[in-house]
Amino acid sequence: MNSNIEGHSHHISKQFNAELEDVKNHMLEMGGVIERQVADAMKSLLDGDSGLAAHVLSVEDTIDAMEVNIDEECSLILARRHPAASDLRLVLAIIKTVRDLERVGDESAKIARMAIKLSEEGEFSQGLVEFRHLADSVTKMASAALDAFARYDAEAALEVVRDDVAVDKVYSSVMRSLITYMMEDPRSISRVLNMLWALRALERIGDHAKNVAEHVIYLVKGMDVRHEKLAVVEDQLDEQVD
Amino acid sequence: MRKVDVSSVLGSSAEDVSDLESCIDVSKLNLYYSKDKQALIDIDLKIPKQRVTAFIGPSGCGKSSLLRCLNRMNDLVDDCVIEGLIALDGEDIYSKHIDVADLRRRVGMVFQKPNPFPKSIYENVAYGLRIQGINSKRVLDEVVEKSLRAAALWDEVKDRLHDSALGMSGGQQQRLVIARTIAVEPEVLLLDEPASALDPISTLKIEELINELKRDYTIVIVTHNMQQAARVSDFTAFMYMGNMVEFDATDNIFTNPAKKQTEDYITGRYG
Repeated sequence: MNSNIEGHSHHISKQFNAELEDVKNHMLEMGGVIERQVADAMKSLLDGDSGLAAHVLSVEDTIDAMEVNIDEECSLILARRHPAASDLRLVLAIIKTVRDLERVGDESAKIARMAIKLSEEGEFSQGLVEFRHLADSVTKMASAALDAFARYDAEAALEVVRDDVAVDKVYSSVMRSLITYMMEDPRSISRVLNMLWALRALERIGDHAKNVAEHVIYLVKGMDVRHEKLAVVEDQLDEQVD
Repeated sequence: MRKVDVSSVLGSSAEDVSDLESCIDVSKLNLYYSKDKQALIDIDLKIPKQRVTAFIGPSGCGKSSLLRCLNRMNDLVDDCVIEGLIALDGEDIYSKHIDVADLRRRVGMVFQKPNPFPKSIYENVAYGLRIQGINSKRVLDEVVEKSLRAAALWDEVKDRLHDSALGMSGGQQQRLVIARTIAVEPEVLLLDEPASALDPISTLKIEELINELKRDYTIVIVTHNMQQAARVSDFTAFMYMGNMVEFDATDNIFTNPAKKQTEDYITGRYG
């Protein structure tokens, strides 16, 4: 049975309602922090702002602590409440999503580190246009995946899964063009490699956003669509009657 | 969900009841305790052989009534009217040709409260055979030991077989009752809240025993404890107000039930 946004607030135990609501809110709060991290990391690279990049790195510990706290809350719910059906799927989806969010935080930190290196190496424009383009796409994906979670919207989540295909394509094409550039101008290799790492981090953020979207589909529809081809996922979602 | 079969490396996943051989087939079963009190409404159910099937649902939903139909215990209730068909291995158990005493030997029942006879442990287990006229000490010794071993009780009682069964703990008494039931080699075991009067450790022993016994017997268990149903059963039937709301593999019922009523019940929501 599909789960919906009100479902988790109708338990006979009000305390259980509150625990589920709290842990979900904490995860969404963490999502908010992560969204800011991603935006700041990207801005630091695009503007060559090493101060902002340093700020991004300083927030990492907070994110790690949030992950640990939310995992702890989930363990307690599993131990004390033995959740079943959509409640169980909510707790599992939160555990998995938090892990992906933490990884997004790590990738943001990588971008911030590259921003610091690139700003130390002076003026540099190669790959910046593509970086900006990919950054826009994955930022939207991450926000859309978290919104889909907050609204229990499997359709919106599916859209994020679709977007990841486009992101992967852009990433492959920019990789090719930067490799060509390095072959033509070997003196640029070190700087281009830093940009490549940053682009790689963006692509990984896209993958994690897609994972979060898949957790939303699992939460709402009870379907595990990981590692499944997009067309198959679309068919399965169509088959499901709401 | 995915087409890849990982069961060969990871062990079996949820089974489909239609792939299994059935032991009891219930069709269009209606049960009335009086003219205006219908306890079971159009129940259709296939209980698979050598699996554990759990009936869950709120009080008064009809799960115990249904269980009692399976060995005609409801015959003992005045004014109880049963319509429909219940077949054990394809044979209608409500047919005139059925010997009810023999049916109850084939479909044994264990109740919530352990009910050992005020006799020795040995005589409790041997009782079923004695009333069949079997008195050979060699046969009885063998059956008593085999049944007590099957009920995971032998090691605890082998040195005091002739002590009174009433001196045993509640958990031991319940396992003794199970030993007594399986001594007469039934095909089906009906367990009506078998662990609800027991402490958690005895409960786990009974659950472990259920898991062992399903190799040889078809087991149907009624329980109020949903976690128990989730732990011990292969299939779960959720009943509500006399209706069979949902019947599916336990794995599906507890992770992604198809019906809202089932979801509300197992997650502790008010519908």
